[in-house]
Amino acid sequence: MKESRRKFLKIAGVSAIGIGTGSVLTAFASSGSKEEKAAQAAGARFKHRAESLKAGHWGMVIDTRKIDADLAAKIQETCHSIHNVPGIEGKQELKWIWPSDYKHVFPMQTNPYVSEQLKKAPILALCNHCENPPCVRVCPTKATFQREDGIIMMDFHRCIGCRFCMAGCPYGARSFNFRDPKPFIKEMDPMYPHRMIGVVEKCNFCDERLARGQMPACVEVSKGAILFGDLDDPDSNVRKALRANTTIRRKPSLGTSPSVYYIV
Amino acid sequence: MSDKLKVLAGLLVLAVLITLPFWLNAGKSGAAPEIVIAEAAKKAGNCVESKEWMAANHMALLDQWRDVVVREGKHIYVSESGQEFNMSLSSGENSCLGCHTSTAEFCDSCHDYTGVGTLYCWECHIDPSKENK
Repeated sequence: MKESRRKFLKIAGVSAIGIGTGSVLTAFASSGSKEEKAAQAAGARFKHRAESLKAGHWGMVIDTRKIDADLAAKIQETCHSIHNVPGIEGKQELKWIWPSDYKHVFPMQTNPYVSEQLKKAPILALCNHCENPPCVRVCPTKATFQREDGIIMMDFHRCIGCRFCMAGCPYGARSFNFRDPKPFIKEMDPMYPHRMIGVVEKCNFCDERLARGQMPACVEVSKGAILFGDLDDPDSNVRKALRANTTIRRKPSLGTSPSVYYIV
Repeated sequence: MSDKLKVLAGLLVLAVLITLPFWLNAGKSGAAPEIVIAEAAKKAGNCVESKEWMAANHMALLDQWRDVVVREGKHIYVSESGQEFNMSLSSGENSCLGCHTSTAEFCDSCHDYTGVGTLYCWECHIDPSKENK
């Protein structure tokens, strides 16, 4: 009796090892995902478009002195129409760029005596494309990520709508699709997708236009009030503007290091 | 042993019940859908890769295109034959749907037949065949 139990355990042990190694071997054999294999089979290669604009770190300089209410409204309308941002009013409003005022855009500027002109000026607010972005840190699915050229991008496919990024963003630059946005899009621009219910969206520094060799839409319609260029290049238009003017950034004490600068 | 008959009858009923879906659907299988190649696609002559390869791997290709475009900012795909394509599902003529103009005929017919899930691409990407109506 004792003998046979011993034998049984031996056989059981050996079989367990056999089964274990079997599955490990198959796992090794199938390593390298299907996609990779498919891509290799197709001999896939990917290229940037020849005309696409590149930078070490994209940055924006907004000259608030040159923007009045009309221009600000036009900039917002242009941006929202080419990105199919729905026009919902009230608490469920969605916005990529919007005119606010000095008091709300720069709450940490404690000077109580600002000029009358600045008090009234419409200050454009948008995603700051921070160098140290809190939204990217909190996103659980890596739907929001930082590109090498500094643009904070969103992969809408991956967004699960948890809204951690909205809690993380200190600038309120992100909007959530509380309802199906489609009925609220006046005219669909076929060159850019829209979003679905349960997805967060925000400004993408017009990544799709940069890839076509165009400047962001807000820059194009701003009549020179908004500059866009490479912050890493000392001779770029933005660096020249930063050298020539006094600029401020939003909520600097938070350490997010925005890439959007304001000439006030 | 007097319940033998009852037991057998019960087993028979059970067997029929379990296999009922097979009996109900017997002989009902529909014909596999014919893929309709749109005029624009016929005109273009060839797809991004060979027809057979696309039929087998289009899902992996699209998945990879999405990642490359969104994450790496690259928009040009160089096929095995060296031809260059704009990587886009539905933005204008120079995209997948630029050639395959009818999503109902080209995508849905097969996806519905094989039961591999309803496509929800058009929740966000613009389907030109529906947008123009």
